[in-house]
Amino acid sequence: MRCFFLSGTILGDIFLSSIWDMLNYIIKRIGIAIPTLLILIVVTFYLMHSAPGGPFTSEKPLPAQVLANIEAKYGLDQPIWRQMTTYLWGILTEFDFGPSYKYHSRTVNEIIGQGFPITLKYGFWSFIVAIGVGIPLGAIAAIRKNTWIDYFAVGISIGAQVLPNFVMAPLLIIVFTLWLGWLPGGGWHGGDWQYLVMPVIALSTSYMASIARITRSSMLEVLNANYIRTARAKGLPTKTIFFRHVFKPSLLPVISYLGPAFVGLITGSVLIDIFFSTGGMGYFFVNAAFNRDYAVMMGITILVGSLTILFSLIVDLLYAWIDPKIRY
Amino acid sequence: MNYLPKSLAMGFVLATFAASSVFAAGTHPVTGEALADDQTFTYSLLDEFTTADPQMVEDVSGSYFVRDLFEGLMNQDADGNLIPGVATGYTTNEAKDVYTFTLRDNARWSDGNQVTAHDFVYAWRRLADPATASPYSWFADIMALENVGAVLSGESPPEALGIRALDNLTLEVRLTASLPYFAAMTTHASTFPSPQWTVKTFGDDWTKPGKIVGNGAYVLTEHIPNETATRERNSLYWNNDATIIDKVVTLVINDENTDFTRWQAGETDKGAVPSGQYPRLKAEYPDEAISFPRLCTYYYTFNLSPSGQEALQDVRVRQALSYALDRSVVTDKVLQGGQIQAFTFTPGATAGFEVPAVAFGQMTQDERNAKAKELMAEAGYGPDNPLSVEVMYNTSEGHKKIAIAVQQMWKETLGVEATLANQEWKTFLKTRGGQNFDIARGGWCGDYNEASTFLDLLTTPSGYNDGKFSNAEVDELMSSARTMSDATDNYTRVEEILANEMPVIPVYHYTGVFMLRNNLKGWPFNNVEQNVYSRDLYKVAD
Repeated sequence: MRCFFLSGTILGDIFLSSIWDMLNYIIKRIGIAIPTLLILIVVTFYLMHSAPGGPFTSEKPLPAQVLANIEAKYGLDQPIWRQMTTYLWGILTEFDFGPSYKYHSRTVNEIIGQGFPITLKYGFWSFIVAIGVGIPLGAIAAIRKNTWIDYFAVGISIGAQVLPNFVMAPLLIIVFTLWLGWLPGGGWHGGDWQYLVMPVIALSTSYMASIARITRSSMLEVLNANYIRTARAKGLPTKTIFFRHVFKPSLLPVISYLGPAFVGLITGSVLIDIFFSTGGMGYFFVNAAFNRDYAVMMGITILVGSLTILFSLIVDLLYAWIDPKIRY
Repeated sequence: MNYLPKSLAMGFVLATFAASSVFAAGTHPVTGEALADDQTFTYSLLDEFTTADPQMVEDVSGSYFVRDLFEGLMNQDADGNLIPGVATGYTTNEAKDVYTFTLRDNARWSDGNQVTAHDFVYAWRRLADPATASPYSWFADIMALENVGAVLSGESPPEALGIRALDNLTLEVRLTASLPYFAAMTTHASTFPSPQWTVKTFGDDWTKPGKIVGNGAYVLTEHIPNETATRERNSLYWNNDATIIDKVVTLVINDENTDFTRWQAGETDKGAVPSGQYPRLKAEYPDEAISFPRLCTYYYTFNLSPSGQEALQDVRVRQALSYALDRSVVTDKVLQGGQIQAFTFTPGATAGFEVPAVAFGQMTQDERNAKAKELMAEAGYGPDNPLSVEVMYNTSEGHKKIAIAVQQMWKETLGVEATLANQEWKTFLKTRGGQNFDIARGGWCGDYNEASTFLDLLTTPSGYNDGKFSNAEVDELMSSARTMSDATDNYTRVEEILANEMPVIPVYHYTGVFMLRNNLKGWPFNNVEQNVYSRDLYKVAD
């Protein structure tokens, strides 16, 4: 009994210290994230303002007085450092990312509030499809290496990889809208499934292909490892070997790919927005850069930056969970 | 026994149904055409419109919304002629600097309030008020409203502006200059009335569905930015009985190929023609692929400022480069959209403007090429001493194709070494506006249907004169044209001077191209400004 209690306390201590280490690690990472984000904001702000032209530069230049009135209204007549501090203060105190200079009656909060959920939805489903198809495809190819199944799976993933989404998207519209008449050619309608199918296919294929290739090569490496040979020699059934010893370690490189891929997917694809008129954030982001719509550009940069930092932290935590050799 | 009565009853039901649907569809009151049951007009936009606020709107697509949701003093008919809007008419003094508009008494806002002269006073003051910071407040300036300069600069309050309501239905406008065409300017979206009570209540949000109050034929019922917007019939509009289209749906489609595919799939009534595909589509859809002249000119401008290249200060070099540019190659081989070759800066479609027979426009291209070689040799350039210039354009496949064609023509005919440079749009504008170029691409669309909207650009004080061309006679002719009731002679003379001095190379006059469903009628093709009013459109039964 005594012995049992002792070992229980030791286990508890190890568990607690592990939690404590993890918390410590998370706090440390957040501590690094804040200055990182600040640097991102400052650099973007200066880069943006150093690009020639401004939000109100147009083919027909505005008379000086009119331009002065507009710049005064938006505070663009202030020195850059003041514009930046005012902007940051607005975010910190009121979570106000400012007005759009291009779309006069809309604020950046509204633009992100409208575009981000759309992007998030098609991005999330693309992520699920990319994983759901990519991982099994890569795994099957690895297990049945050098058989027709392998060649077939590799063929599909290479095909999907080389077909860029700006080719895939119009092709899908021609086939499913024009020829078959099954799906609407674009729009969002609150994200009804009919409007979701083509954006998800177009967006997920190249990610799916990458995931399949990474899964296949990493699984092949694990399958050739000594401990797998030992497991086979011990006479373990193939299923047990695969699910207990192969699957988890083969996912490590996949997971390191998934973090940035997920951020890429949920923060918008300008091509998807352009071809399918989804109204997502990708188009606003690129358009804001062309229009010099400073506040929109900053707002989306901050959002994408924060999400990138958040998901790289999540990936690191997942990594440690999968590979106990990694410590915080 | 029961069979006959049953079939008779069925026949009766069917006949009633058929009769009622014919009744529901109706016929056009003027043309007598049978109208379609569904009067929904769906069109695509390449880019989201900026706003539906009359005093803030600055883009063509936004102005179309404003024309549907609001109504100004005067409207245009399908040919671009001035017809009454909220105003039933106007009078003016002999000097044409005081205009008095009489408003109809049955014009209503969509919330039931009467449209009065005070609503126009409020809107015009709002346009000029520095606090509004409208990007189109300069329109108040070119309308020459009394005290507009002082109001724009904040020296005088908006109340000082030369507009007042004599009573609810009489509006007086005082100008600082004699403007014979002033009434035509009131068809511009920025002069449309605004509902003060709504603007005050909702601030910048007042144009959103559910909040917006308008006096036009339609009300905005749905708007999902970058996706769709819907405007539906306003039952309180004074001329609602004459409106046929019930619902107008806008779909934002950012890619012109997708846009065309969706038109083909029947999702829209009006869609885009992908660039370079007009001839093919015209052959495939002869009645539905549309091309018509627009009030726009594509040109190259020479940098004539002190920072400009020395060779280009020589008028012979400028003429030679212009002559050697074979416009027919650009219009017929490169663009293929029915564009019109340009030898004058003002398009021939402009009202009251007759294209003058400028000499080089009368020659054949071979004659022009021969003359160009002669001029170039006179200026001292030839195979041993070739001219090198840089042609700058804003990044676009279309501009690139034209620039490559021009580069080849100059090379072959004159031995000129032209290098091409492109810049992203706003960077390009900055470069051109700062005179950091030899030759730069330009495109100009008229703000109103009169030659001065083009020719003013080439006067010395113009803020748009990026080539810094300056000619005292042009300035004088354009200045005196302002107060003339017919300035055609002045405009002709200016074009002749431009053909001699060649500060710009006019290349072609734009055409509008789009796909338009066969059953949609009433499109104002003859309105070169393309001021479309959805209430004038209708769909006929197939």
